[in-house]
Amino acid sequence: MSYSDTVVDHYEHPRNVGALDQADSAVGTGLVGAPACGDVMKLQIKVSAEGIIEDAKFKTFGCGSAIASSSLVTEWVKGKTLDEAAEIKNTDIARHLALPPVKIHCSVLAEDAIKAAIADYRRKTPQEPPQ
Amino acid sequence: MSSTRPGENRPANRPVYLDYQATTPCDPRVVEAMLPYFTEKFGNPHSRNHLYGWEAEDAVERAREQVAALIGADPKEIIFTSGATESNNTALKGVAHFYRDKKDHIVTLVTEHKCVLDTCRHLETEGFKVTYLPVETNGLVDLARLEAAITERTAVVSVMAAHNEIGVVQPIAEIGAICRRHGVFFHTDCAQAVGKIPLDVNAMNIDLMSISGHKIYGPKGIGALYVRRRPRVRLQALINGGGQERGMRSGTLATPLVVGLGEACVLAKAEMEAESARLTGLRTRLLEGLRARLPEIYVNGDLDHRLPGNLNISFAFVEGEGLMMGVKDLAVSSGSACTSASLEPSYVLRALGLDAEMAHTSLRLGLGRFTTEAEVDFAIDHIAEAVTRLRSLSPLWDMHLEGIDIKSIQWAEH
Ligand SMILES: Cc1ncc(COP(=O)(O)O)c(C=O)c1O
Repeated sequence: MSYSDTVVDHYEHPRNVGALDQADSAVGTGLVGAPACGDVMKLQIKVSAEGIIEDAKFKTFGCGSAIASSSLVTEWVKGKTLDEAAEIKNTDIARHLALPPVKIHCSVLAEDAIKAAIADYRRKTPQEPPQ
Repeated sequence: MSSTRPGENRPANRPVYLDYQATTPCDPRVVEAMLPYFTEKFGNPHSRNHLYGWEAEDAVERAREQVAALIGADPKEIIFTSGATESNNTALKGVAHFYRDKKDHIVTLVTEHKCVLDTCRHLETEGFKVTYLPVETNGLVDLARLEAAITERTAVVSVMAAHNEIGVVQPIAEIGAICRRHGVFFHTDCAQAVGKIPLDVNAMNIDLMSISGHKIYGPKGIGALYVRRRPRVRLQALINGGGQERGMRSGTLATPLVVGLGEACVLAKAEMEAESARLTGLRTRLLEGLRARLPEIYVNGDLDHRLPGNLNISFAFVEGEGLMMGVKDLAVSSGSACTSASLEPSYVLRALGLDAEMAHTSLRLGLGRFTTEAEVDFAIDHIAEAVTRLRSLSPLWDMHLEGIDIKSIQWAEH
């Protein structure tokens, strides 16, 4: 299987690898996928008092496309509001990375990771900060 | 020798080849032996009327002797085929169909090559019954279980000698003895074993043996089937026609390929002992080198009963396909089936009882005739660096370091 240059770039130079403090009330954590299925993504977002995602970090167990999908979304969510971030679609991720059909599930998982991180943040901080 | 050995002077943009169970390069000595049979000695080996036919026939019969000599057979017991896939099909369908009035049962292992399993599935649709025996966690069959599976209706037991994915070598002589005792035929897929480990059809009571050219430094598209004459094994042919190969496989023989297979067998026989020791040494170097650099790596399949040139390793917490992308200067394969439409990892690794998550983290490293110590050292560095980097990206590795058992987590399987 050959990968697109964009996938290779994210795989070789992943953006925003790391972890944020899960105990911080400004941090939302999404952990999606399953080891038995061959991919697990952990995506964390840090939300400012103004409701803007000011930082994002990821760690991923998976193939090159899974790593690239999660690396890409950490770039995309930064600077967005939670509602804007929730609108990121797997199809946009797949298109940007030129994923072949067998790799679409990687982009789906990345979208799920964003949604899970947002849901976790909202659960921890039910009061949405004033807009 | 006129040409360089494959692997030497490897151009910088070619990855190091560590996939010798997938296929092997043709040995230059094999190519040299084949060449005249493409051009001046192009005759049809079945032409009885002129020199062209005779010299081709001589070459084919010499090759038949060369193949037979490697496995202790009589040349008359060797038929040439297009490869091990055809040999396996011919052996299993041929025996099943010939003896179907009295026998309708086949015993095999869940870990056999797809071309055996798929043939068995096909025979099931024709009404044959197949017992697919499990294997132990080391990949070896339990002999008592195998013996217990044999019934009055069993026509043939089919067990491969050396495994393409995990390299384990089954107790072929013991299985042969059991089959002989029960009066059932023993077929063994020796695509990976021939020329790598000593095989003797008489000492091991083998009745049918499948051989492949391209796994033993011969050409692709050629193989052989050993069919015992005493006691005689009868087959219904798959391919009908002019009655070549004693009626078991019609069609004009591919003289150059047959000659190549013969030469490959001669070389394997002459070099097996030394090569086996050399490859075992390289394999140990590779494994010890990786173990010294990486914690949490596990060899899949028995390490003692194993092809000298095979390692299959799970690098825990690193997904195999992602790892293959990271070791792009190596040509290896993975037990993670992430590339295929199904997300199922290798059925072979699952049959050893490996969790799906461990099966997803495996690499198969195949060493062979042209593998050098320098290549092994390069592979150790390259793999160790890639695994270390990917573990630093892996949420599962973090959990492991924090002492969290990933099995204790409620994962949403997708
Ligand atoms: C164990 C085993 N059996 C059969 C085959 C098929 O051999 P061939 O490619 O000669 O048809 C292979 C190779 O893929 C193999 O490894």
